[in-house]
Amino acid sequence: MSLLEINELTIRYADTPEPVVKGLTLAVERGESIGIVGESGSGKTQSAMAIMGLLPANAQVSGTVHFDGTELTGAADHVLNQYRACRIAMVFQDPRTALNPYVRIGKQLRRILLEHKICGRAEANVRTLDMLNKVGLSDPERQFRAFPHELSGGMRQRVMIGAALIGEPDLLVADEPTTALDVTVQAQILSLVRRLHAETNSALLLITHDLGVVAGNCERVVVMDRGRLVEEGMTRGVFRDPASEKTRALLLAAPHIDSIVMSEPVSADTGPVLEIEDIAVSFKERRSKGGRSLHAVKPMSFSLQERETVAVVGESGSGKTSLARAILGLLPADGGQVCFLGKTLPAHIGARKNTVRRNLQMVFQDPLASLNPAMSVREIVMEPLRIHERGKKKAGLNNDVAVMLASVGLDPGLAGRYPHELSGGQAQRVAIARSLILKPKVLICDEAVAALDGTVQLEILKLLLAEQERSGLSLVFITHDLAVVRQISHRVLVMYMGRLCEIAKNESLFTRPRHPYAKALLSSVPVLDPDARPVDLPLAGEASSMLSPPTGCLFHPRCQHAVAACSESVPELIDCDGSLVACHRAAELDLGY
Amino acid sequence: MLRYATLRILGAIPTLLLVIAIAFLMVHSAPGGPFDRERVLAPEVERNIERAYHLDESLPEQFSRYLQGLLHGDLGPSYRYRDYTVAELIGGALPLSIRLGALAMALALVAGVSAGMVAALRKNTIIDRLVTGIAMIGISVPVFVIAPLMVLVFAVFLNWLPASWTGGNAANRMLMPVIALALPQIAYIARLTRASMINVMNSDFVRTARAQGLSTISIVRYHAIKPAMLPLLSYMGPAIAGVLTGSVVVEEVFGIPGVGQFFIRGALNRDYTLVLGITVFYATLVIFLNLIVDLLYGFLDPRIRGR
Repeated sequence: MSLLEINELTIRYADTPEPVVKGLTLAVERGESIGIVGESGSGKTQSAMAIMGLLPANAQVSGTVHFDGTELTGAADHVLNQYRACRIAMVFQDPRTALNPYVRIGKQLRRILLEHKICGRAEANVRTLDMLNKVGLSDPERQFRAFPHELSGGMRQRVMIGAALIGEPDLLVADEPTTALDVTVQAQILSLVRRLHAETNSALLLITHDLGVVAGNCERVVVMDRGRLVEEGMTRGVFRDPASEKTRALLLAAPHIDSIVMSEPVSADTGPVLEIEDIAVSFKERRSKGGRSLHAVKPMSFSLQERETVAVVGESGSGKTSLARAILGLLPADGGQVCFLGKTLPAHIGARKNTVRRNLQMVFQDPLASLNPAMSVREIVMEPLRIHERGKKKAGLNNDVAVMLASVGLDPGLAGRYPHELSGGQAQRVAIARSLILKPKVLICDEAVAALDGTVQLEILKLLLAEQERSGLSLVFITHDLAVVRQISHRVLVMYMGRLCEIAKNESLFTRPRHPYAKALLSSVPVLDPDARPVDLPLAGEASSMLSPPTGCLFHPRCQHAVAACSESVPELIDCDGSLVACHRAAELDLGY
Repeated sequence: MLRYATLRILGAIPTLLLVIAIAFLMVHSAPGGPFDRERVLAPEVERNIERAYHLDESLPEQFSRYLQGLLHGDLGPSYRYRDYTVAELIGGALPLSIRLGALAMALALVAGVSAGMVAALRKNTIIDRLVTGIAMIGISVPVFVIAPLMVLVFAVFLNWLPASWTGGNAANRMLMPVIALALPQIAYIARLTRASMINVMNSDFVRTARAQGLSTISIVRYHAIKPAMLPLLSYMGPAIAGVLTGSVVVEEVFGIPGVGQFFIRGALNRDYTLVLGITVFYATLVIFLNLIVDLLYGFLDPRIRGR
């Protein structure tokens, strides 16, 4: 008998026409690791919730879920509670909201032991400290008393994993455990999950949209599509020789480091469209807290050619978004200047001419949040024209909007819809249409595809590249996703704590990174090959505090190649075979990938 | 924290000044004066009285004299109760009003929170509908309707409780005024608690706690109660103000010799200083209690505490 047997599980809601899960049959053996992959809406999270008995009250469930021989569907809460935490435990996606902000971390973990009467209070304290230590929290005594907001996202997810494992469950269900985290932190968390899975002999059910995560962590894989199981098998076999059409499509769309470069080369003779010189952004702390300055972006320079895509990568907090906003004049820059077609622009957007403003456009990360919910698609896309091309006739405007919608691949019938009636991919197309309708020379995309599924992401990237090919658009592409960078960029800027580490051509960065941080970022990305053993801990620890940055090279506390000089002086950008690198040891290190 | 508290206290001064100025103007613009009688006084007598109470001075002069008195805690003499100062009158009536108000607040919190909790945990059941329905009535029907109705039903028809302050014993004559005063607050607090509890029970961290096998009682006790009560805390300021204003009506209806009754008497008698004094006193009280609530809020939310 398997540990978990799901038979013909169907989940339906009264307000949706189709069931969200259709006849799922699946068995999980003791101690194995199995991955469920699929795009959003494929029913993978709903299935996990059904296992935990956490579906909302209006869900209609049929079929069976047997755990160790006991039927769990329709079981009363007091029966389920005997299984939760002790036999089946769950790790949720977003560690920022999954922990109670009002209760000290130690108490939240201890409560699980006390609730299930696993041990007394004194021993519960010891076990909690022990678990915090096991999941890699450096100072368990202090972490025990900390509130969740005092810890970073990665630390909080470690706490979540500790909370899941403290009851020593036979099955650990992890629902997108690393999706909300930076790629380097993701590598740390996955390495922790692998270690604990090996040590504890509990089975692991890993739910993810990221095939790379499955490849490195699961023996078996299940592919779901629109509520159905479309493929199941050993990870290696499925990746080598996918049987279903959907798996093949997912594998093709999955962005990975070895993705095909889609961007056409830039012709050398065009002049720079945008030149950024020594731009810097800082924020002042409130005086009551010490009044220190936080240098979000330290003086940096780069230029952008016509028809060129420059990608900006780095962990969250590295200053990518501040840089974009400073270029657009949405955020006051501390110094430096932005030149557009050879002319220096005023620092503040309010002082820039309309002719300049229409040429510098931006697409934001969250497509739904960046569209006005009270305006129809037509009004949203038309709005820039109303501002920049006053006096144009209504018929002309309508026509422009229709042409624009068609060119971003949107059905003209959607023009009358409102944002909440659109899917994520459609909403992002609308946002792109809104920024392209003015025919800008430069488009800044701030994590423009981060919230989208793999296949949709690929379509949006293709759309942007086609537009670039057609009109000579220059792109600044801000992302944390190196696979996307590989696919579309010509040059890459790597940022760490507001400072430039490396500017390199796409090809050079991915084949021969020069900066140890660039190298660490690259090795953190999950590889799509089940045979490639994931690198354990390519980058340990977390970025230092921006308010009290380390001396010398900002990266040296985490750098495995650091020498004495690194903590003494700030490395300048130097030229290494065409790449600009800010590292004292750039010339001698061989970090070939 | 200290800086924040200081700023808040300093910020309250202009508010208070504005309240005093408006109350002062309104009292003085009411037709007639405190010493107008059916019987006309001799002009010299009238002039003497006016001089004694500085009523012959211009309004700005009177206002600045009043403010100077306030700085020394002097609310001035009562125009009607000749032998007393306003401060003495308030001081004498205050203990009873405080007892009434505190009992009403306590009842409102206990009953409101319990009803709200039960409604939230039994969402969309008969119990929930009942609680929200009754709360709706409690909010929409004003105290000056509820209180006389209660007297009619419980004192006149059923004869269970005394109709006014002069009858019954110390306990049962307090019962109806406290309930009448608490009812609207019970209704508000129940609705607030229900909404905030439902919100918290839908949050991700409660889902986590459920996945950890905690029983509903444990979830409420260890995870949900504190975040659910925080919005209630910020309602305490308005609640206190509501009880204060409500007490004016309730004291009048039940004939309780508290501050509220003095306020109404003062207004009817054009006892300028008494009305002004009570207004200033209540305004200060409300501002001060609001400040305490705000500081408490910052202390209870660990995310704000550090700042």
